[in-house]
Amino acid sequence: MAVGKNILRKDGYEKLTGAARYVDDVTLEGMLYGKTIRSRIARGRIKSIAYDAAFDWSQIVIADYRDIPGKNYVALIEDDQPLLAENEIRHYAEPILLIAAANKDLLEAAAHHIHIEYEQWSPVLSIEDALACREIIYGTDNIFKRFLIGRGDVEEGFAQAERIIEGEYRVPHQEQLYIEPQGMIAIPGNEAMTLMGSMQCPYYIHKAIKQLFHLNDEQVVVIQMTTGGGFGGKEEYPSVIAAHAALLAHKAQRPVKLIYDRAEDIAATPKRHPGVIRHRTGVRRDGRMVASEIDLVFDGGAYVTLTPVVLSRGVIHALGPYACDNVRIQARAIATNTPPNGAFRGFGAPQVAFAYEMQMEKIAAELGMDSLELRRINMLREGDTTATGQTLIWSVGSEEVLNEAVERANYQAQRLAFSQSHSSIQTSTTNHVEAHKRRGIGLSFFLHGAGFTGSGEAKMKAQAGIEIMANGHPRVLSGSTEIGQGTRTIFSQIVAEELSLDFSAVEIEEPDTSRVPDSGPTVASRTCMVVGRVVQMAAREVKAKLLHFVAERFAAPEVELREGKFMVAEKALADFQEMACEYVNLFGELRCFAHYASPPEIEWNEETYSGDAYPVYSWGAEVAEVEVDMDTYEVTVVRLTTAQDIGRAIHPLLAAGQIEGGTLQAVGYGLLEELVWDQGRIINNRLTNYIIPTALDAPDMETIIVEKAYPHGPFGAKGVGELPINGAAPAIAAAVFQATGAFLSEIPITPERLQAAIEKVTTDEHR
Amino acid sequence: MRRLLDVLREDLRLTGTKEGCGEGECGACSVIVDGEVINSCLVPVCQTQKAQILTVEGLAMDGRLNGLQQAFLECGGAQCGICTPGMLIAARALLEANAQPSRDEIKEAIAGNLCRCTGYVKIIDAIEQAATAPAQIL
Ligand code: FES
Ligand code: FES
Repeated sequence: MAVGKNILRKDGYEKLTGAARYVDDVTLEGMLYGKTIRSRIARGRIKSIAYDAAFDWSQIVIADYRDIPGKNYVALIEDDQPLLAENEIRHYAEPILLIAAANKDLLEAAAHHIHIEYEQWSPVLSIEDALACREIIYGTDNIFKRFLIGRGDVEEGFAQAERIIEGEYRVPHQEQLYIEPQGMIAIPGNEAMTLMGSMQCPYYIHKAIKQLFHLNDEQVVVIQMTTGGGFGGKEEYPSVIAAHAALLAHKAQRPVKLIYDRAEDIAATPKRHPGVIRHRTGVRRDGRMVASEIDLVFDGGAYVTLTPVVLSRGVIHALGPYACDNVRIQARAIATNTPPNGAFRGFGAPQVAFAYEMQMEKIAAELGMDSLELRRINMLREGDTTATGQTLIWSVGSEEVLNEAVERANYQAQRLAFSQSHSSIQTSTTNHVEAHKRRGIGLSFFLHGAGFTGSGEAKMKAQAGIEIMANGHPRVLSGSTEIGQGTRTIFSQIVAEELSLDFSAVEIEEPDTSRVPDSGPTVASRTCMVVGRVVQMAAREVKAKLLHFVAERFAAPEVELREGKFMVAEKALADFQEMACEYVNLFGELRCFAHYASPPEIEWNEETYSGDAYPVYSWGAEVAEVEVDMDTYEVTVVRLTTAQDIGRAIHPLLAAGQIEGGTLQAVGYGLLEELVWDQGRIINNRLTNYIIPTALDAPDMETIIVEKAYPHGPFGAKGVGELPINGAAPAIAAAVFQATGAFLSEIPITPERLQAAIEKVTTDEHR
Repeated sequence: MRRLLDVLREDLRLTGTKEGCGEGECGACSVIVDGEVINSCLVPVCQTQKAQILTVEGLAMDGRLNGLQQAFLECGGAQCGICTPGMLIAARALLEANAQPSRDEIKEAIAGNLCRCTGYVKIIDAIEQAATAPAQIL
C-alpha cells in the first residue's frame, strides 16, 4: 500500500543537499542579465524618455513596447494589461522599458542613466475612492465585475427576524512572500523560444508567449524549474516576467535571465485582494439565521487579471459553512491605481471567512449566546443547501471537524475558565489597575470549495497521462507543478497504488510543455483531487491494457495484478515490469492519457450563478488560544488546534505540512502582515519592514486530519492546499475578543489597532 | 566589494546557498564561517580570508545524507526547499553548541531563518529528532 503512507518525498534528496536547481542557480553561455524599468507614479502619462548621451549604450540591449511582435497584452481573462506601458501609466511600478547587459553592475549603471518624465493625474487609491467615481479609470463606474447570488425572499426573512445585526469588516492586502523571488530565463531560437523558471503554471506562460511572439505550440517550450514557493503568487505573474525576458532575448538573440530582487518583487507583483465586507443578518431569538444580506467589495488594482475569478470564489464562500433560506449576496470588484491584485492561496475565501466568522461572534454577543452553540444551530450538514442552491450530497465533515477541534483544544472548559478569570480581575481591580496579561480562546469554522469554481473544470478538461519507460516502469506525464506541496510524491503514490507497484518504481516527468500535456494550472487545491484523479484514471487504463495483454499471452482470462505481479489465483505468471517491457517491445509504446470529467451529479448555471459551485467542499475548524499583553497590546498565539476534513490524506505528513504552513500564513494575515502605502507606492517593500511570522511567532499547533471520503477523488481525497488559510485570522480575533472585550472588525490586529479598540471599549463602558 | 554569497554562488558555483532578500532578514544565505552562522549576503568576501566555511554542500558525506538532513527528510522539514540549506546550517550550528536543545531553544536558533511553507513545526521536529543521534550530524 502506497496511499496513506508517509513515504520519503520524491524531491527530498536534491533539496536537502543543495543540488536542486532553482532558476537563479543556472548560468548559460553568453547569457545576459535583464532588468525592468518601472513607473514612479501611480497614474498619468509618459512625457519623455531620455538616455544620457554620456553613457556608452552600445553594450546595453533596450526593449520597449514597439519591439513586441504581437499585440501588447499579457493573455489572461481580458486583454487589458499591456506587457509594457505605451503611454498611459495606471499603477506605480508598471513596466515601461526592459534593459539587458552582460553583467549586473553594467545593468544597474545603465538603469541610472535613463530618465522618464511624467504628467501626473489624480490617482484612485482606495475602494472608497473608486466607488465615489470622482475619477473614472475603468469603464463608466470603475467596476471590473459584479455578481449577485440569491435564494429565497430576503425581505420576508428580515420580516420574520427577531433581531437584525449588522457588521462591517475590512481585510488588507497580503503578500505571498515565497522565499524564492520570481525569476525566469528566456532562450531564443530560430522561430522559437524556450522559457525556464520559477512558476506554478507552465501552460499559462506557453499561451502568453505564443500570442506575443506569433509562435505555435511546438515553437514555445516552457520548463518549470525547482520552485521556491508560490502560494498563488507564481500563478499569473510569471507570464509577465517570461514575456519580458523573452522580449530581451528575442532582441539580443542571446539567453536572458531576469530575476527580481525582494524589493521589486514586493513592489510590483500581485497581492491578496483587500476588501470591505458588510453583513446584515436577521436571526430569531434562538439563534437561527432567517435572512442574510452580504455586500462585498474587492480592490482589483489597475488591471482585470484574475480578479473576476477571485471575486467569484469570494461571493460563493461569503455565507460560509452556514445554512440560511433567504440570502442575497452582492459582490463588486473595483479598479484602483495600484498594482493588480491576484492569486494568493484561498483566492477570495479568506477575506470573506474573516467577515462571516466575526459576524457569528457579533451575533452571539448580541444575543447573549455562546458562539459555538450559534454555529451548531446554523451549520451546514449533509443534505443541506448552500447559498447557491447546492445540496451537499457527499463528504460533509462539518460536524466532525467542529467536534474534533473543540474537544482536542478543550475549548469549552478553557473558555469558561478564561471568562471567570476575567470577571475576577474586573471585580478585584480598582482604579484602572489592569492585569498585565489576559488570555482568551476563540473558534473559527469554515469550508473551502475544491477545484475550479462553477464549470471551470468541465471546460478545462485537465489531461494527464502515463507512459511505460524502456525499463518497464511507469512515468507520470502531467503539467502539474511541484511547488513544495508534494505533487511528485502524491502522484507517485497514486500510481503505485493503482498498479500495485513499489512507490520508488514510479517516475515523474519534468513539467516541460514539450513533454507533458496541459493538466490545467497548479492552483485552486485541484492538483490532488482533480489532476490526481486523472492520473489515477490513466493508471487504470495502463493496467487494463496490460491485464488484457497478459490474459491473452498466458491464455489466462482470470489474471489479476497484485503486488507488482500478474497472478492467477495464488500463482504468479509474471512481473509487472517484465510484461510492461514486453508490451513496449512488441507494440513500440504504452502511453495512456485521461482527461477530467466532472461527476455527472454536478450542475452549474453560469447565467443565474446557481447550482453546484464546487463538486465538493473541504471543511475546517480551528481553535486559537491567545495571550494579550495589556501594556504593549501585543497578541501572542499560544496554541492552535485545527481539524480539517480533506477526504483522504494520500500522504498524511505532507497534508499536515500544508495545514501547518497555511495556518501560520493565516496567523501572519491576522496579526502581522500589512502593506504601507504612499500615493500608490508600497513603502515597506522589504523584509525588514514587511513582517512575516518567524519560528518565534509560530504557536504550538495540533493538527487533526478528518477523512470523509469523496467518491470522485483519488482514494477519496479532496483539496487541502487552501483550506487552512481560512481559519486562523477569525479564530485569533475571536480569542482576542474574549481576552479583552475588544471586537476587531479589521485585520491585522496590530498593537495600534488593538489599543484603539480596547480604548473604545473602555470609553463605551464609562458612558 | 563582493559579497561572500556572490563568490560562493557565482565563482565557486556552490548554488545551494540561496538569496531571499539580500539584506540579512531571511537567512536563506546562512553559512558557517569559523564556527559561526552568518548571513553571507552581508559579509564582504575579503573578511573571510583564510576562514573555514561550511555550506549545505558540505553536509552530506560521499553522497549520503547526514543525520540532520535525514531527519529533515523523514519529518517533512523541507517543502519547496528554498529555505532548507539555510535552515540546515542554522540547525547544524545549534547542535554543535547545544547537543540537546529544547523546542524553545530550537525556535530561538532558527528565528533568523524564514520559512513560508512549513509553519516551522516539522523543521523543529526534524532538529529535535536529529539531536537524538548527534554523532551522525557532525
Ligand atoms: S539573502 Fe541573506 S539574509 Fe536573506
Ligand atoms: S520550505 Fe519553502 S520556504 Fe521553507
